[in-house]
Amino acid sequence: MHDNLIIKTERLTKRFPMGKSEFTALKGIDLKLGVGEFTGLIGPSGSGKTTLLNIIGSLDIPSEGKAVVLGQSVGNLNAREAARLRKESLGFIFQTYNLLQVHTVYENVELPLLLLKYGSGERKKMVQDALEWVGLTDKIKQKPPQLSGGECQRVAIARAMVKKPSLVLADEPTANLDAANSHNILQTMEKLNQELKTTFLFATHDEKVIAYLKRKIYLRDGMIDKIEPIADDK
Amino acid sequence: MKLAIKLAFKNLIGAGLRTWLNVIVLSFSFVIIIVVKGFLVGWDRQARNDMTAWEIGNGQYWHENYDPYDAFSLEESHAQIPPEFTPEIEQGNMVPVLIIRGTIYPRGMMQPVLIKGIDPRQKLLELPAHKLDTTVGAIPAVIGSNMARANKLEKGDYVTIRWRDVNGTFDAAEICITDIFSTNVPTVDAGQVWIPLDSLQSMLLMPGEATTLTFLDKEKSREETGEWKLMSYEALVSDIEEMIKTKSVGQSIFYVILLILALLAIFDTQVLSIFRRQKEIGTYVALGYTRGEVVGLFTVEGAMHAILAVFVGAIYGIPFLIWFAKKGISLGLSSSDYGFTIADTMYPAYSAALIIGTTTLVLLATTIVSYWPSRKIAKMNPTEALRGKLQ
Repeated sequence: MHDNLIIKTERLTKRFPMGKSEFTALKGIDLKLGVGEFTGLIGPSGSGKTTLLNIIGSLDIPSEGKAVVLGQSVGNLNAREAARLRKESLGFIFQTYNLLQVHTVYENVELPLLLLKYGSGERKKMVQDALEWVGLTDKIKQKPPQLSGGECQRVAIARAMVKKPSLVLADEPTANLDAANSHNILQTMEKLNQELKTTFLFATHDEKVIAYLKRKIYLRDGMIDKIEPIADDK
Repeated sequence: MKLAIKLAFKNLIGAGLRTWLNVIVLSFSFVIIIVVKGFLVGWDRQARNDMTAWEIGNGQYWHENYDPYDAFSLEESHAQIPPEFTPEIEQGNMVPVLIIRGTIYPRGMMQPVLIKGIDPRQKLLELPAHKLDTTVGAIPAVIGSNMARANKLEKGDYVTIRWRDVNGTFDAAEICITDIFSTNVPTVDAGQVWIPLDSLQSMLLMPGEATTLTFLDKEKSREETGEWKLMSYEALVSDIEEMIKTKSVGQSIFYVILLILALLAIFDTQVLSIFRRQKEIGTYVALGYTRGEVVGLFTVEGAMHAILAVFVGAIYGIPFLIWFAKKGISLGLSSSDYGFTIADTMYPAYSAALIIGTTTLVLLATTIVSYWPSRKIAKMNPTEALRGKLQ
């Protein structure tokens, strides 16, 4: 099942200071994720799913234990190495899209490629491809305030996918969308997972997302409650 | 860096009115600093030119006792003109001036004056000495317009002057105002009466004597001789330079205040940006920027206000500066009121150094002001920033 591990956590613990005491958001998480998975971290608010996603995304570091992402131990990376991991190998999709409001759709999607210093011709083709995947080639000159929520999230998906990252981390990607748009973007992500073999890891408690997941990791109070097997194995 | 500039430019333009208000205020600072400094440079240049033309030439010899700030020194400040200067004087390249204290009685009033003797044939100084080369029923005299105004004297007026000769004996004579000249140099105008050198020498019983010798040739190697000390051009203009320097400090306070106001607006914008754009900052970090790079991006964005201000300032500033340099500004001031050389109309002068210096100053100040609040980004938690949570 996990021939090619992309994520591995061992006794992963995360504590946050809370006044004079501490709050433990993750309590010894052991987790393995293989290449090409379409998996979700499921749980109510405060269960630790976003914290786990942030550590896997090298935006945060563990307090104890280990999180190895693409062979790199997140806790041991310095700021520059962590930034390189995010820049080269990770894609992020956020609940609130986090698009740059003054930039066009094209410029938003192009941004990760500029950071990776791709040439202009290559960038143009890659952005075009990414916008085709999400069906937004007719909106390239528009800016986020001119788009609907569903379109914004599709731009965010294109931005996350344009550099063809190994791993995409999606934090509540459908929370601000209606049912039709949610299904639309989930189908897009499912298609990209299948066609490009990109690993997707979601943090969600949305039933619509859960229905699409191949593997479900349930979290409760910072611990893994249960893991449901890969859907194909059923 | 190229990407930071591209993103910063895009972000600035995207911010719309807020950016343009900051840029316009900053461009005002730019243009005003250049105008004010150009004004001082122009003043300095005009003052030097006027002093050179009217009073100091390219340097002077002073009698060793002569002190222009001590009228009492004049009794002892005269000596025979050294014979080695005779060829230079005859060629018109050196002008001797004899100076003595005296009193003038215009319209029954008594006014202390400096009576100055100058050769009517001299052409080295702008002073219209040739107007002394005339025959009237009294000693011909020329005075400046400020002197004329202060004493209600007009061309053709006869007035009594009194002096003490070399033996200390008082004497008096009539002078006739043959010309009233206009000059920006108060030290040849206010409280002064110019008469022919020969006349003054005989009135004082000081034949062949002078107080100062103004020369034209700057390049000639010169040394102090006998009772005569050499005053270089630089030494003679040092007073006006000191005064302009003092003035410059005063003016600096004015444009520093202006610059601070503009920078305050940028500082405020930067602080506001960092609070309002936390989610964007988190997004940059998630996309692979280091925090240092995000700090750099925001600093470039702030500093770019200055670059835009240069362009905006150039649009209206260049035509304005050119027009101002041609037209000048009439201050409505009289040099006699201030005691220093100041023209009726001042023409600012702008040098490349002034423009480049001002641009660099404003750019540096804006960058520092932009960097200051941006440092806060380095302490930001990216996961909190991504959620737009105020930190």
